[in-house]
Amino acid sequence: MTSSTHLVYLIALPLFSSALLLLLGRIADKWGHYVATAVSATTFLIGLSEFFAMRSREGAARSSVQTLFNWISVGSFKVDAALLLDQLSICFVLLITGVGTLIHIYSIAYMSHDRDRRRFFAYLNLFVAAMLLLVLGNSYLNLYVGWEGVGLASYLLIGFWNERPAYAVAAKKAFVANRVGDIGLSLAIMIAFAQFGSVSFDGVKAGVPHASTAALTALGAMILLAATGKSAQFPLQSWLGDAMAGPTPVSALIHAATMVTAGVYLITRSNFIFDASPTARVLVVIVGAITLLFGAIVGTAKDDIKKALAASTMSQIGYMILATGLGPIGYAFAIMHLLTHGFFKASMFLGAGSVMHGMNDEVNMRKYGALRKAMPITAATFGLGYLAIIGVPPFAGFYSKDKIIETAFNAGGAKGWLLGGAALLGAAITAFYMTRVFILTFTGKSRWDDEAHPHESPSLMWIPMVVLSIGSVASGFLFNSGNALVNWLAPVVNSANFHSEKELMKPIVVSLLALAVVVLGAGYAFLKYRADVPVVAPEKVSLFTKAARRDLGQDDLNDLLLVRPGQALTTALVKTDENVIDGTVRGIAWLVQYLSYSSKKIQNGYVRSYALIMALGALALVATIWVVTL
Amino acid sequence: MSLLTVLMLLPLVGALGLFAVPGENVKAIKSIALGSGIVTFAVSVLMALRFKTNLSGFQFVESHSWISSFGIRYQVGIDGIALVLILLSTLLVPVVMLASWNESEGGRWSSRTYYILMLVLETMMIGVFAATDVFLFYVIFEAMLIPVYFLIGGYGRGERAAAAMKFLLYSLFGGLLMLAALIGLYVTAEGQIGGTFDLTTLSHLQLNSLTENLFFLGFFIAFAVKAPLWPLHTWLPTAAKSATPATSVLLLGVLDKVGTYGMIRFCLTLFPHASHTFTPLIIILSLISILYGAFLAIGQRDINGLIAFTSISHFGFITLGIFAMTSQGLSGATLYMVNHGFSTAALFLVAGWMSARRGSTKIDDFGGLQRVTPVMAWMFFLAGMSALALPGLSSFVSEFLVLVGTFTRYPVAAIIGTTGIVLAALYVLLTVQKALHGPTTPGNENLTDLGLREKIAIAPVVILLVLLGFYPTPVINQINPATAQVMAHAGFSDPLPKAGK
Repeated sequence: MTSSTHLVYLIALPLFSSALLLLLGRIADKWGHYVATAVSATTFLIGLSEFFAMRSREGAARSSVQTLFNWISVGSFKVDAALLLDQLSICFVLLITGVGTLIHIYSIAYMSHDRDRRRFFAYLNLFVAAMLLLVLGNSYLNLYVGWEGVGLASYLLIGFWNERPAYAVAAKKAFVANRVGDIGLSLAIMIAFAQFGSVSFDGVKAGVPHASTAALTALGAMILLAATGKSAQFPLQSWLGDAMAGPTPVSALIHAATMVTAGVYLITRSNFIFDASPTARVLVVIVGAITLLFGAIVGTAKDDIKKALAASTMSQIGYMILATGLGPIGYAFAIMHLLTHGFFKASMFLGAGSVMHGMNDEVNMRKYGALRKAMPITAATFGLGYLAIIGVPPFAGFYSKDKIIETAFNAGGAKGWLLGGAALLGAAITAFYMTRVFILTFTGKSRWDDEAHPHESPSLMWIPMVVLSIGSVASGFLFNSGNALVNWLAPVVNSANFHSEKELMKPIVVSLLALAVVVLGAGYAFLKYRADVPVVAPEKVSLFTKAARRDLGQDDLNDLLLVRPGQALTTALVKTDENVIDGTVRGIAWLVQYLSYSSKKIQNGYVRSYALIMALGALALVATIWVVTL
Repeated sequence: MSLLTVLMLLPLVGALGLFAVPGENVKAIKSIALGSGIVTFAVSVLMALRFKTNLSGFQFVESHSWISSFGIRYQVGIDGIALVLILLSTLLVPVVMLASWNESEGGRWSSRTYYILMLVLETMMIGVFAATDVFLFYVIFEAMLIPVYFLIGGYGRGERAAAAMKFLLYSLFGGLLMLAALIGLYVTAEGQIGGTFDLTTLSHLQLNSLTENLFFLGFFIAFAVKAPLWPLHTWLPTAAKSATPATSVLLLGVLDKVGTYGMIRFCLTLFPHASHTFTPLIIILSLISILYGAFLAIGQRDINGLIAFTSISHFGFITLGIFAMTSQGLSGATLYMVNHGFSTAALFLVAGWMSARRGSTKIDDFGGLQRVTPVMAWMFFLAGMSALALPGLSSFVSEFLVLVGTFTRYPVAAIIGTTGIVLAALYVLLTVQKALHGPTTPGNENLTDLGLREKIAIAPVVILLVLLGFYPTPVINQINPATAQVMAHAGFSDPLPKAGK
């Protein structure tokens, strides 16, 4: 363990810059976005130098710690404000600051006509600071502050245009769904303290061998609950689609590449808990498998390009969550997919933003078509992201997703067939809906509105897209060559030298199968959308499509189970409070009044007289007792 | 004379000074009142600096015989718990004076009367936390009702007279029960160790369990009315809707804390066994308060009613923490009292500014304020985030300590309490959405944003909300030794970690 003195700058710089931009107000309108971008780039440089410094050290010295101050200390509950940078967190630091900086640059152009651009950049910096705290905190409680900080930034950015009531509602929905997850994180921390007397990662890890299975399962389940909220996993997934109300760079950074993957980080960080609790792992894979299919199915029916991509994000994170439930090697593959996904999904979201930029903020893909001619760079970068996500070799997703499918089959037995089958089916559907997105947007005939004049976006926007698409192409190969990422993460998640004994199929068979289903899915989409696409979504569609369009009834279900009963309960309680509880009090008051009617003559209606009489009475009482005891 | 007594007298001196100014010179009256509020705060800070954290027992003690035939003494002294609550009070008084600069005008009586009532109330607020003679405490506890009664009834809005009456009757009812228990305590003490109202002496009294339970209830019910615990809460929303913002801040921010403070200082110290006996009942009532208050808050249309019900929910957390009988619960609850004071102050003051500008307290009448009055909207948002205990703000530290302290002894109660965080998100964000977001509601287009005076008034509160979230240590360090002493006296110790190493 190396001690560090400058990790804090990673968080302090963007936090300070955010506060500065907010406090200065309009004065900073002209240059605020440059400051925010420069600060973000600086954090990336710090991250890079930390990475190389870490590589130059060996063994346990690779992780470094900075203790800032004693945060809370009551009895045996002692929590420092302390930061931990190890092989796992450096991956996130580079992802957050790297993709974050690209998106800052992109936003300078994308938000150039918005009157609140400075506020937007302040929120972006706030997000970067909070997300870095999330991945750098050395205890669950420190992580919680970052966890809630990114939630706040996400809330502010989803509702950035909250003059539109629907956007304000979307922001609130995201916050509340996340808070349900926060119950999980809160309780996990309480369980950790009650069991181990510590809430730091090290302290909990040290205590795990002494804890009961029940306690570990409860702990794992609560951490999973937290992850489902933040990472939009079943059953707390419903907020992510609505979160697309935020400006598109936000969707790329927060709701695709970084924040929504925090659940994967949390589970991976807590690997020592899940390794010790098979039951918790089963819960994790169930959530992951359901969500990866859920998101993929929803993605097939969305005409809104951002909502299709959001459904895809949900599904891809489902893959990552599934992987984290598959044991030590699974954590490494989850992180690998998280990183490659960060590249290709951010690239595609920025591409979607570029399309919207050129199409008067139109998001309906039925009104796109043939945009590759008008926007060649966007089409190319989006296309590379598309090839990466469906898993065409040698693009990034091929390596990372294949590994997850393979590991799922390797779970062995019925479980292996079930999970592997789900992951494979998900890959087929992914190929279908992503091909649909690509065809509807970039190929075929134009279905534009009359006033649409699509054009390529300025270089400030396309350069970040190009950089990200390079990542979509090369990152999978780099992470996988010589098991680089698996070995790198091994000290944190024990992923090195891991061999499955329950192999159902040879890896090459899995890869071929995966490729085959991708060809099937993509081919079906090609055949289906090759012909003319109606500008208005057809009404006569299968029940399946109808259900997918309604997000498989997620909002209807929440409405039925939570919202309506909650509203009814609130109304009933308000009435009860006024009529029954306060009514009883008023009734007693009335009774007293009635009974004292006879003695009305000595009552004059002045409270001060009552008070005086009461005081006199009390004094008389005291006097009596005094006399009696004498 | 102890510094503590000086501190108590300072606001009174200010009140006397107000008589020297002609009644029509309102500006001078306000300035003198604000000045004495600031001086009092400065002296309280001086006292805090001289306070020795590691010393057990009371400090700045002063003791004189008052009514010698009953052994009643003017006896004051503070420990860490009292210290932080006194600091809360002395800071909030100048803040509300500056924030509600024009509130005294248009009342039933003059501005001078208003400020005299405020300053007298401040003396009592300091005194009630400083009293270590139980009878002295009782006298101040009851006497405090008088200025508040007149502040609500004379300067409030709506059905202020009825609200003031309801507040008074509720409190007097509780106070009478306490008086009865107090007399009983005195009589018992006289039989055993001689007549005294000295807290420390009384805490060593031997009581049989029936007597102890009855005495406990006498005190507890009085305190449960004050820091309203379900179902004794219905006076609070009525009072909050009618009181002026400044009165509401002092009422919910400080006076209601006398209830939860009393539970620690008197219930736990004087009747530890009875406290233990009644713990299950009190925990259930606390949980009901947390959830009930939150649901009612969600259902409120009046912004002051909303804040009142959120406070009922928060008082549930405080009571839960106190009766969890762990050091985290107890210290967390004490810290909660301080943080809730600032958090509620911010909410009431900003809501007051919003209402005064809009001429309405209905949440639906606001709307789109973020665009029209950005600074005011930001302040309301921050106060709201503090009310939902966002990590990074002060209220998170206290709420989490309460929950973690409860969990180690009563996990089920902590789990139920934790669900309150979702309800808190709902009542805050629904209000934020209605009041600040969306298109600007007609009638709000020309509202003015906060002026310099208002910004200065709210600044210390907002700074503390953030600062104490990241660095609560200075306050916690004052509280810890005192709560440890309460725990030790009551015979409780923290549960050990279950997975032993």
